[in-house]
Amino acid sequence: MGDEALALGALHAGLSGVYAYPGTPSTEITEFIQSNALARERGVHSDWSANEKTAMEAALGVSYSGKRALVCMKHVGMNVCADAFVNSAMTGANGGLVVTACDDPSMHSSQNEQDSRFYAEFAMMPCFEPASQQETYTMIQAAYDFSEKHRIPVLMRLTTRMAHSRAVVEVGEPREQNEIHFPENPRQWVLLPANARVRNEQLIKDYATFEQESESMGFNQYFDAADHSVGVIACGIAYNYLMEQYPDGCPFPVLKVQQYPFPSAMAQRMARECGRIIVMEEGQPLVEKRMVGILPTPVKISGRLDGTLPRTGELTPDYVRAAMGLPELPVKAASQVTVPRPPALCQGCGHRDFYTALNNVIHTYPTARVFSDIGCYTLGWLAPFHAFHTCVEMGSSFTMALGAAISGVHPAVAVIGDSTFTHSGMTGLLDAVNAKAQVTLCISDNLTTGMTGGQDSAGTGRLESICKGIGVEPEHVRVIVPLPKNYEEMERVIREEIEYKGVSVIIARRECIQTLKRHAAAAAKKGVK
Amino acid sequence: MKQDIILCGVGGQGILSIATIIGWAALDQNLQLKQAEVHGMSQRGGDVQSNLRVSDTTINSDLIPRGACDLIISLEPMEALRYVPYLAPGGWIITNTQPFVNIPNYPEMDAVNADLDRVGNVIRLDVDALAKEVNSPRSANMVLLGAAASVLQMLTPELLEDGIKHVFARKGQAIVDTNIAAFRAGLEAARK
Repeated sequence: MGDEALALGALHAGLSGVYAYPGTPSTEITEFIQSNALARERGVHSDWSANEKTAMEAALGVSYSGKRALVCMKHVGMNVCADAFVNSAMTGANGGLVVTACDDPSMHSSQNEQDSRFYAEFAMMPCFEPASQQETYTMIQAAYDFSEKHRIPVLMRLTTRMAHSRAVVEVGEPREQNEIHFPENPRQWVLLPANARVRNEQLIKDYATFEQESESMGFNQYFDAADHSVGVIACGIAYNYLMEQYPDGCPFPVLKVQQYPFPSAMAQRMARECGRIIVMEEGQPLVEKRMVGILPTPVKISGRLDGTLPRTGELTPDYVRAAMGLPELPVKAASQVTVPRPPALCQGCGHRDFYTALNNVIHTYPTARVFSDIGCYTLGWLAPFHAFHTCVEMGSSFTMALGAAISGVHPAVAVIGDSTFTHSGMTGLLDAVNAKAQVTLCISDNLTTGMTGGQDSAGTGRLESICKGIGVEPEHVRVIVPLPKNYEEMERVIREEIEYKGVSVIIARRECIQTLKRHAAAAAKKGVK
Repeated sequence: MKQDIILCGVGGQGILSIATIIGWAALDQNLQLKQAEVHGMSQRGGDVQSNLRVSDTTINSDLIPRGACDLIISLEPMEALRYVPYLAPGGWIITNTQPFVNIPNYPEMDAVNADLDRVGNVIRLDVDALAKEVNSPRSANMVLLGAAASVLQMLTPELLEDGIKHVFARKGQAIVDTNIAAFRAGLEAARK
């Protein structure tokens, strides 16, 4: 799997710690390191972080100490850690620091299809984007060397297809971990304006050097060919889809792009030599927009912006085939019988029982609004529950409910999972307490990070004390057990807290049935032995 | 030689185990392999698929183009139909006949069967029943793999059995045995 190739490559590059919050399609990177024998032997840190920002900051601390660190997240995690990420380009890296963002074009398991390459450009950081699992393994090791050579964090960008696709990878010998050593230029790590201004000038100069590296390191390659009527710029895995069409070699010049800053000189050569350029990139049209600009160009630029490729969604070999003007393969007509099969909450899941009880109460309040969050329980929007009105990003349930309550909405109810609560709901709870708002905040606690496959949840066993510590009145921190036999009691508690004129937290706690099964199987196996 | 396979079914039915075993066998033969999976939200009882490409030469794309798939292996009959446009001329479908009904608007089985007839080369097996017959009710996916073994060109049934032993070894000999029994039941049924 691309995720695993990246993890192993990082370990073989002498990694000292991975810092991450689970998120599809990035989760398997950290899980691989957690279960890897070499990582255990070397004591490589791999516990989950509370969120992507704490992960990024901890990794920066590792880098400051001279060791190599890896940060992993899904693309939207980049928004959570953006403050730390952008400023890590300002401090620069000491020990090699690689940030891996796994983008999810087509939104297989996400709420948007933002393209993390923009973050690299924005922060003036180099970005590597491999096209195969083998390149992923090789490239992350090069990324660590680059990071230490130029004293800069590097962003590795994978997309869903690379992250979750398997292939054979040849591996090399592991490098030793770094010893502790501190930065040569300590001023750079204190971002007071006086220091930051100096650093900013230097970073701009360095960025030009990074571009020279993009031209010369060999990850960006120019393949000339006889037919100059068209040239193709193929970024990341778009290259695979292009070559799929031409098993005997592409008859047109191809610029394979896997390293940014974008290699302008290589693209300028293509513009000089080819009549038209087709830009293929997984995600948003970052390269294409730059090539097109706003003034007329002598060369026609095609891609996602002019409809040669679809404006949204992930690329496929079929879209690329059409973009190259090749005829479609003979295809059987799609079945008219099939219907969509959307995902659903598991049978027996505690979120189901919680939503049932909540709905029974909420339906008696015509003005009620329910604000939900990111996790398995987001599936409660679908039939048969239709249990809430909003779902935006991690932590937004509590704070949106707060905003609505202050605006006069009653009942204003929030639903968040235990892992999402500790990821970024706690600060919102503090706001609610300080505002003395009349909100009913529900934590549907399944004792795990369920949606991504049951990883540890940062606050397990401490949710009540966290809520009380933040300032919720102890008698309004209520715990219920979401089971059908408890509906009556659950509904009574929910109703009482909706009527309470202050902040209340209802914790609906029952273990995720997937992890419960796994724990039972593990216990049974132990018993047999 | 190459073989492009789409594995499909409903989240939780066990298509990834099938993919893992075919992948192990391909690796053992020093074949090239690419296998794309979908994880995350889609796994919660939704439709799931995996693109699996096996070849003795370089494979470029992780995804199978439309009209290029040699074999659809499906644990669920309607899910098999979902990928028909990917099927190459002369391509095969091997599918379970037992529907997995977790949606209110599941189509009539007669319509599903008629549409499978339209496609042509279809091997149908009640893999759930076959798995029960050999006392391996939770190994229906291995029955299906056994049936598919009859048309997997570069991988012999013996090799796939080795794959099963390898992949399930850590779960204990009893699990290996029930999975092998299921595999053989599928292989035999498909040969009839």
